[in-house]
This record gives sequence, C-alpha cells and structure tokens, in this order.
Amino acid sequence: MNTITQASRRERLATIERSLASRHRREKRFRRLGLAAVVTGMVLVLILFASILMRGLPAFWQASFHLDIHFDPEIVDVSERPSREAGESEADFRERDLIWLSEVGRVNWQQLIDNALEEALGEEIEPRQARDLRALVTSAERRILRDRFIEDQSMLGETHTIKLLASANVDVWLKGNIDRDLPDSQQQLSAQTREWADRLYAEGVITNAFSTALFLNTDSRSSPASAGLAGAFMGSLFMMLIVMVLSVPIGVASAIYLEEFAPKNRLTDLIEININNLAAVPSIVFGLLGAAIFIGYLRLPLSAPLVGGLVLTLMTLPTIIIATRASLRSIPNSIRQAALGIGASRVQTVFHHVLPLALPGILTGSILGVAQALGETAPLLLIGMNAFVSNIPSSPIDQASALPVQIYLWQGNELRNFFEARTSAAIIVLLALMLSLNALAIWLRKKFETRW
Amino acid sequence: MNNLALMAGVLVVMALAYQLGLTRSKAVVGDGQRLHSRPGYYGLLVALWCGLPALLLLLLWGVFGSDIVQFLVVQQLPAETAAFSDREMVLQMRRIGALAAGNNINDPQQFELAAAAQQARLETIGRLTVLASMAVAAVLGLVVSRRQITPHMRARNHIERVIMVALALSSGVAILTTIGIVLSMIGEAVNFFRFISPADFFFGTTWNPRFSTSGDTGQGEFGLLPLLWGTLMVSSIALLVAIPLGLMTAIYMAEYAPPSLRNVAKPVIEVLAGIPTIVYGFFALIVIGPFLSGLGEVVGISIRTTSALTAGLVMGIMIIPFVSSLSDDIITQVPKALRDGALGLGATKSETIRQVVLPAALPGIVGAFLLAASRAIGETMIVVLAAGNNPVLHANPFEAVSTITVTIVNQLTGDMDFASPQSLVAFALGLTLFVITLGLNVIALLIVRRYRQQYE
Repeated sequence: MNTITQASRRERLATIERSLASRHRREKRFRRLGLAAVVTGMVLVLILFASILMRGLPAFWQASFHLDIHFDPEIVDVSERPSREAGESEADFRERDLIWLSEVGRVNWQQLIDNALEEALGEEIEPRQARDLRALVTSAERRILRDRFIEDQSMLGETHTIKLLASANVDVWLKGNIDRDLPDSQQQLSAQTREWADRLYAEGVITNAFSTALFLNTDSRSSPASAGLAGAFMGSLFMMLIVMVLSVPIGVASAIYLEEFAPKNRLTDLIEININNLAAVPSIVFGLLGAAIFIGYLRLPLSAPLVGGLVLTLMTLPTIIIATRASLRSIPNSIRQAALGIGASRVQTVFHHVLPLALPGILTGSILGVAQALGETAPLLLIGMNAFVSNIPSSPIDQASALPVQIYLWQGNELRNFFEARTSAAIIVLLALMLSLNALAIWLRKKFETRW
Repeated sequence: MNNLALMAGVLVVMALAYQLGLTRSKAVVGDGQRLHSRPGYYGLLVALWCGLPALLLLLLWGVFGSDIVQFLVVQQLPAETAAFSDREMVLQMRRIGALAAGNNINDPQQFELAAAAQQARLETIGRLTVLASMAVAAVLGLVVSRRQITPHMRARNHIERVIMVALALSSGVAILTTIGIVLSMIGEAVNFFRFISPADFFFGTTWNPRFSTSGDTGQGEFGLLPLLWGTLMVSSIALLVAIPLGLMTAIYMAEYAPPSLRNVAKPVIEVLAGIPTIVYGFFALIVIGPFLSGLGEVVGISIRTTSALTAGLVMGIMIIPFVSSLSDDIITQVPKALRDGALGLGATKSETIRQVVLPAALPGIVGAFLLAASRAIGETMIVVLAAGNNPVLHANPFEAVSTITVTIVNQLTGDMDFASPQSLVAFALGLTLFVITLGLNVIALLIVRRYRQQYE
C-alpha cells in the first residue's frame, strides 16, 4: 500500500519536474512579453517626441538678413510729422497725423530694401531681375522699415543696419529642406535668387538668427516667413482664463454638494451617472453643442475666445468634479466627526476642515483639466476658431485662434517645406506649456500628498 | 465693459455693507447676552441682502434689456417695414443699431434716423432705470436687514442655506449640459430629417452631399453607412494595437515591475495621456504615413500615406495609456488572497495571472476596453489629418476612408447658416455618435461598477 503511493508520488513528482522546465520557460516568455509591451510603448513615444523635436527645433532659428538700409531722402520723401499747434483740438490734430501716416505708408519702402540688397550683392541689378531680387526678403518686412521710421524720423538720410527676415523659400533653400539637385522647373526660387542667397549666406549677410517673429507676430498669409503664434497664444490664454474662472468654482461646488451634502436619492444618482457619462462624451459633441446653442441660439460672436472658453468649460467640468470628489472622499471621516463633535455645523465642517485638507488634490485635478482643455482642437473648429485672424485679440469677444487650431491651420498650409518645421515648432511650444502644467500638478501632488 | 464696472461697484458696496452688519451685530449685543452666530455671519447676511437683489436686476437687464428696447423700436417703425421678411428685419435693425451707437451708415433714411434716436433714448432711459432700481434695492436691502439684526437672529443658518442652494445649483450645470446636448442635437437633427428621410440617412450607402452653392438643384445623398464603416474600421485597427500593448503593459506594471520603475512609469504614462490629439495627428501625417507607404512599396502592396491603417495605428498608440491605466487599476483591485491561493498551490506567476487574476478581473477589463472603444470612435483630429477623407464603402485598410467625426468637421466648419441639409447633417451625425458612445459608456460603467462592488 505504502509503496504504491510512494511510487505514484515519485511518478507525479517526475511529471511535475519534467513539465517544470517548460513552465518556467513560459513564465519567462510571458514576463518578456510584458516588458516588450512597455518598451514598445516607450519607444513609440520616443519616436514621436524625437521626430517632432528634430523637425521643429530648427524652425526656432530663421534665415535673416542684416542689411545696411540707407533711408534715402529722395525715396522717403515725406513732409515733417505734424506737431500739435496751440488751440488745435485733439481730433483735428489726430486727423492731420493720420494724413501724415498714410503719406508715410505710400513711400516705396521696398525700394530701400532693393537698394540695400544691390549694395550687399555688389552688382548692378537689371530691371528684369527685380522679381528675383524681391524673392529674397519676405514681403512684410518693408512694414518694419516704415514702423522704424515712424518711431524715429531722425533716421532720414542715415544708414542703419536692420535685421530683416528672409523669405520662406530662401529659408527652406538655405536649410536644405528642399532637394538642391531638383531641376529649375521644380524649384520654388529662380536660379539667380538661389545663387544670390548662397553668396549672401557665405558672406554672412544672411545668418540663421533666433526667430522672434515666431513668438511676437500673428499668423500671416502674404508673408509666411513672418507668421507667428502671438495671436493664437492670446486666444488660448483668454480661453484658459475663462475655463479657470468658470469651471473650477462650479466644478468644486458641485463636487462638494454631491459628496458631502446631497441626499441619496434618484435625482443625485442620476446626476452622478450623468457626470460620469459626460466625462466620456467625445469632445466634438461639445463643439456641436456650442455651435447650436452659443452661436445658433444665443447669437454670440463667431470665432470668439468667449465661446471657446464656454465650450471648454463644459467639457472640463466633469473632469474637475470627478477629481474633486475623489479628493474629498480620501479625507478620513474622523476629521468630519471631530469637527461635528465640538459643535461645528456641517457647512463649517466642510469649509473649515475638509476642504483645506482636500485642496492639493483639487488643485491637481483642476490643473490637469485645464491642461487638457488647452490642447483641445476639434470643438473649436466647429465654432469658427479656425478663421484666419491677423490681429492679436485684445478681449474675449474679438476674433481669435488658439494654439492647437493654429497647428491645424499651419499643417494644412500649401508651403509644405516651410510649414512642416513651423508646425512642429508650434507643437513644441504647445507641448512645453502642457508639460509644464502637468509637471506643476504632479509636483503639487507630491509636495502635499498626505497619507492617512 | 460698463456692466463689469457696475458689478465691481456692487462688490464695493457689498464690502461696505459687510462692515456695517459686523459693527451693528457687535453693537446690539447687550451685557450678559450672546450673539447666536459669530459677528461675521451677520456682516455676510447684510452684504448678501444688499448685493444679490441688485446683481439680479443687472442680470435681468443684461438678458432681456436689448430685446425690450428692440421690441419698442420695432413698434415705432413705419408701416411698410411690417412686410419685411425676418432676414430683412434683422438687417434693418442692425442699421438702426449702428446709427444709435453713433456710427455712420450709407444713405440713412429719415425714419431710420428717428428710430435710432428713439433707440438711443430708450437705452439711456432703461440704463438709468436699472441703475436707480439697483441703488434702491441695495439701500433697502441694507437698511432692512441691518435693522433685523438681534442677538437671537440665526444668521449662520440663513447663510448656510444660501450656500447650500448655490452648491446645489452648481451641480445642476452638469445636468443642464446633458440636456443642452440632447436638445440641440435632436432639434437640429429633426430639421435635417425634414430634407432627408431617416431611412435614406441611416441605410444609405452613398455619401455625396452636393453643396448648394454649386448651383445644383439636387439635394445630394447622405448615406451614413460609408462613414460608420470607416469609423468602425479605424477604431478596430486602433483597438487591435492598443488592447494587447495596453493590457500587457498593465499586467507588467501591476505584477512584475519593481516599485522604482512603477513610480517613474506611472506619471510618464499619465503625461502621455495628456498629449493633444492634434499632435498625434501631425505625427501620423508626417512620420507614420510616409513610413507605412514606404514599407508597402518594399513588400509590394500599395498603401496610401493617409489611410485607415495610418490613422488606426496612431490612434492605437494614443489609447495605449488609457487602456493600460484603466486595466492597471482593475488588476490591482483583485484581492491578494486569490493570488496567494494560486501561488500556494504551486502555480507560477504567469499561470496565476493568466488563470486566476485575469479571469477574476475580466469584467472590469472588458469595461475598460469598451471605454477605450468609445474614445476611439469619438476621436477627431487624428482621423481628420490622417485618414484621407474618402467616404466610400470598401474593405481595404490601406485605402483612405472617412469617419463620422471627420464629416462633422467638414460639414460644419465655416458655415454657420443652419438652413441647408449640408450643414444640418452634422447634427444628425453628432446625434448618432452621441448615442453610440453613450451606449458604450453606460454599459462599460455598469460593468466596472458591478466589478468594483464584487471585491469591496
């Protein structure tokens, strides 16, 4: 009897031992599979960041001319700027000044640039080459000359070195973003312009200088090289302010109500399910809501950060409510009981004791919600924020764009060679903003995290 | 801007009222008496009685004021304008409004000048009336409530009631949002179904919305099926990428990874979930698309740069963090006793995971997958940039497709005249999208909730 069980036991052990090797192999395989999944995810993300950084970083530097501009009195032939005379009304003076400004605007500033280029190239430019010459400097730059002159009229007759942006095509050519061996017919620039650009670059007249235009200018259609993010940034800033001012107080208030005061009944159950569902509704649906209600019904202005802010507020509200509730729930009941025990009312308990303790969690959730709203694109397209706006918005009801929408607009620009880098640069700016918000949230959570 | 200044003024007055209430409450309390509440509550009560009615009046004027003025001005217009259509009337009122604001318009008519003068006068009168009634309400509220302060008055209870009402109203905003979504979608979708029958929409196999500006008298065809098919194709590819990778990541993070790795990787994953979708879209367009198309050339299949595959692949990458963090939460919720039991019987770790932990966590994980699916279906920017916008029924993932979300963007951007089926269709599509995602979410949340209860 004993020997039989002994034998069967040994047999069983042998079976187990035989299978053990393959089981351990399988264990190892499974583990490696898991690690491979983690690594794959990380590698994909690395590729994403690397490809965007590689494309975008060069766009922060832009081909720029340093030209000796001679403010030739023969070309800048304008009368003296009017000064206010005694007894003249403010309106009359402003009108005379406007007339003078338009006179300045009519000056052929391009001629100054052309002359300076001719000087820098050291050769006589024939009239038939005028087009080749004008392809060098981007078209909006003559306005810089005008503005400099309006600022300081003593420049008349003098020569100043002024930094002017090269045209987008020159930038692309010098950075090698277009195949240099393509035949003439497929090149954006004429052979003459390319030769000039190379020569001026070698001579140091053109350098690759840090692009302030990217940060200080608004979008530009006629002069792509000077297109910048300032307008979109202000639009996003206005929207974020609206989101913060509206969604944080409303979200926190409703979370407090639901978590601390609401009676458990059908209605509060419904609100709870409703909030969880709203958090998972696609963002584009909120855009449709904005188009139908804010624009179609309430007749709020199209493309305004006000409407964008309202739509994003509704979108972030569930996120903030859920985060706040989780944060309130993590406060142990003993705190509440202690406060109630020494005679605080329920409202006092919540506002004097529970809320301050839950604040770090609420802050973290709110920052994450706002960061998410900052990157949202789809709903903004439906309320007209993809319109071309050439002014920096000065109030939330002005027309504006937003950073992610600007990215969308630039990636669709026909001047692919130039805007691929510009778009990546805009993405870097957006990601930097979002990542710093996220980092702030994580830091706050780490700093104030309490373990009960 | 004027209203903002007024509001600031009211706030200043409220601060003053607070001080008055505070001093009053301290003054009324006699020797040996005690106030019911702390003095601050009395101050707050006076401030609220002083400021809230005034702010309410301002709000009412802001909402209804211009309508009342417009109505009165319209009454005064000469008889011939009664025959104007709505559109002409709007233009007419805009001209008068511009005149009243002091701007010049071309060729102003005599009656327009008169109406503008009247509008300006009415606006001034209305403003002054509101201002006066606000002042009266503020002073009255201040005086009356200040007089009512006695040591026995339950100021704190009054304040707390106001706070409760404010809190409850805030939580109503979420309900209002849902109602707003449903009503606006249904309302505009019904308008759309006046042009196109629901059967043609839901079962049509051709998508060809001719734009009315082309002079074409036909309405175009609005068949949903090609778009729905495209949506399903892209989302399925995304889930095929995201589910294995996300689930394996979650398992590794929950069961194998040392705490040091977990502490680094968890926040990284959280941050990834926050990258805007437009960035993923751009990545798909300039990196993944050309790469896949090049790969296809090597293998000998033609893959378009913008295709269902490109969009699906990148969308899958986007959802990995979503799937992994949800599954991670669910796997860590499986009680330790189950694991210990299996390990104690001699199972290896992977056997425990596959045969004990995963089956126990299955309902929750399925819920997570459903949430991921709903997110994939509603995703917009990646498909707008990388799916190619080709609304045709075909089964080739290497070809371009179009989805519901892409079409909503295409049909509605830039056109805010909700009168043609071409723009109204966006709402019918939105409603379809909303119903699909809502269904998935409700089922998923129910499953996850039941799963949580099981182990609590």
